[in-house]
Amino acid sequence: MFYREAGDFNTSYAQDQQTFPIKFDRYRYYLVLFVAIFVIPFMVNDYWVNSLFLPFLIYAIAAIGLNILVGYCGQVSLGTGGFMAVGAYACYKLMTAMPDVSMFIHILLAGVITAAVGALFGLPSLRIKGFYLAVATLAAQFFLVWLFNRVPWFYNYSASGQISAPERDTFGILITGPNTDAWATYMFCLIFTVGSALVARNLTRGSVGRKWMAIRDMDIAAEIIGVNPLRAKLTAFAVSSFFIGISGALFFSIYLGAVEVGEAFGIQKSFLVLFMIIIGGLGSIFGSFAGAAFLVLLPVLLKIVGVDWLGWPTDIVAHLQLVIVGGLIIIFLIAEPHGLAQLWRVAKEKLRLWPFPH
Amino acid sequence: MKYKLGTLAVAGLMAASPVMADLVFPSLSYRTGPYAAGGIPFADGYADYFTLLNERDGGIGGETIRVPECETAYNTEKGVECYESTKGEGALVYQPLSTGITYQLIPKVTADDIPMLTSGLGRTSAKNGNVFSHVFNFPANYWDGASVAIKHIMEQEGGSLEGKKIALVYHNSAYGKEPIRTLQELSEKHGFELKEVPVDHPGQEQKSQWLQIRRDKPDYVIMYGWGVMNQVAVQEAANIRFPMDKFIGIWWSGSENDVLSAGAKADGYKALTFHNVGSDYPLYDDLKKHVIDTGKTAGAGDQVGTVLYNRGIYAAMLVAEAARTAQEIHGVTDITGGQMRDGMEQLEITEEKMAALGLPDFGPEFSVSCDNHGGEGFVAVTQWDAEAKEWNLVSDFMQSDQDVIQPLIDEDSKAYADENAIEGNC
Repeated sequence: MFYREAGDFNTSYAQDQQTFPIKFDRYRYYLVLFVAIFVIPFMVNDYWVNSLFLPFLIYAIAAIGLNILVGYCGQVSLGTGGFMAVGAYACYKLMTAMPDVSMFIHILLAGVITAAVGALFGLPSLRIKGFYLAVATLAAQFFLVWLFNRVPWFYNYSASGQISAPERDTFGILITGPNTDAWATYMFCLIFTVGSALVARNLTRGSVGRKWMAIRDMDIAAEIIGVNPLRAKLTAFAVSSFFIGISGALFFSIYLGAVEVGEAFGIQKSFLVLFMIIIGGLGSIFGSFAGAAFLVLLPVLLKIVGVDWLGWPTDIVAHLQLVIVGGLIIIFLIAEPHGLAQLWRVAKEKLRLWPFPH
Repeated sequence: MKYKLGTLAVAGLMAASPVMADLVFPSLSYRTGPYAAGGIPFADGYADYFTLLNERDGGIGGETIRVPECETAYNTEKGVECYESTKGEGALVYQPLSTGITYQLIPKVTADDIPMLTSGLGRTSAKNGNVFSHVFNFPANYWDGASVAIKHIMEQEGGSLEGKKIALVYHNSAYGKEPIRTLQELSEKHGFELKEVPVDHPGQEQKSQWLQIRRDKPDYVIMYGWGVMNQVAVQEAANIRFPMDKFIGIWWSGSENDVLSAGAKADGYKALTFHNVGSDYPLYDDLKKHVIDTGKTAGAGDQVGTVLYNRGIYAAMLVAEAARTAQEIHGVTDITGGQMRDGMEQLEITEEKMAALGLPDFGPEFSVSCDNHGGEGFVAVTQWDAEAKEWNLVSDFMQSDQDVIQPLIDEDSKAYADENAIEGNC
């Protein structure tokens, strides 16, 4: 019924290998993009953007980045918060050093700097695996946060040790600082999110991604068939950190505007992004989006239902939220260990055959 | 996912739709997390004072007051979410009780024309109203606290600090780092040696810091802590037998929560304050009659009379009086955020005013002006009596060393003005 393939003929390799080979799926994707680009910007206000859309879009980029490393290349990382901090501080230093350069370039450069730092911290992955690697990346997390707290050069010697984003524009439209329009910040982040998803999707299904997956599935076998583990692992760290750096830069400059490294990029951020990809689905770009949406939107939804509609005390709702989110994580892990992406895949399969499953 | 966003968007709209004809004082509180011990009494006091005004006087100038509460858990991301979700309701003033959230909100409130009061917290240089048009930090700020702590130590030492060693134990965040510059200047001026001892969030583990203090043997320890960090520090100080009367906390490290767990060993611990302690005020009789006995208290109602509850009362009293001032200036009762800002800028707190409100001698007298959003910087010292389980004022309200602080404020606010191209409002 839905997702009908009947009459949907692919006559070239390009058609056969596109991201959404089924016509219905492809049109749904175009519709989502259309709504995101041409409908939402005209409807949003500050509340929607700052409470829902910006965190969702930014965490989606971070989740894509971590998914490349953990989901595609199989290298467990707990350094996400630290790498986001690198992106944020790189962006801050670039913004203040070169005020006239477009924010697009600053954010991309912040990503490049984070990629370099990430590749550096990826070096131990050549020797150690699994939990031990997780501990090594954990060291990166703590070292980077300590570094940004300790060296005043990174925060331009401000008295409080905080960094705050000055007003900057791109093509004459303000996109950082308090006087921005909701649609401008939304569109700016949307461009990066869509771009990241496209790049990540195409990297992961090309030769680079196949090498990562070969390393993930069995590194010795991968080496025997000619995958260079040094190059594969370091590119995974670099590409992953590039996206995480972009998300950190956006998180600081567009979303929060002022950041204190220990509070914003602490270990809890690393876990949050890791939960996102575990719940969303390891090794899936859609899973990154689904996980980010789940963990960003659910608390807000629970708050609206609990406090604004039911009028419960705020502390009870805050505690309930922990219970519900925690409970849902456990249920998901038991009922569907491959995450929301797998649920989506199963649903698609079912819908494809429905209503005649035999 | 598209559907999910759509439903949420509708829900968000319903939640954020404006309800007019009330005076709205949003309370960005934190009743969960490692800082809840401090957040709960403050939020209770803040809400109870407004409940009292509603019950006894029918609000301010005949307008009823609404205090929507939003849980931030002392987290900046949640703080921003709370701000965005409440500002549409006609919010008059914000008091986030978190330096991190304050830094987020300084540019936002200025753009949205809503004032923010950060009594004894936030960005100290916001005292310069010429640069920070919508941010107020009367009656005292972090640097006043640092200066008065040194002044008190000087009194104890007979007027000279030459060759003395003072350690600063601080929360390693924007909040804890605030006093460092001031203390460095003061150490140059008075010739004492300053040791900086940072404690990382949330501060449950301080063994190494106190080992360092034990080794360095400072003559005094000043603490800028908050939440669970305070209790741990007091306990650790007791463990290394550091003399408690030489251990001085800022006002965020001086509540009952911080000392009760150390028991009798905490006796003599000192803390600064910018308002009076105890519950021996006429206002408390009204509170008992209209709020406590009628069961309308916020939270569990078990915080009445504690130091931080008093601070909540004081914070609510300041903004309530500012709202009254705004109503007088503009001749309307249903004021807006911008009018509230004018009211705060012309606020004058006198002894007669406080006595009339049932809070005689509760805090220092001060007046706000366009240039000075921070009051005169009068701070007193309190001391914990472990046997009676109460805080007592042990000094008069003393003014901080303005010769040191004012140049620092000018310098820091100028840096902010340059960064953000602010020309000045006065």
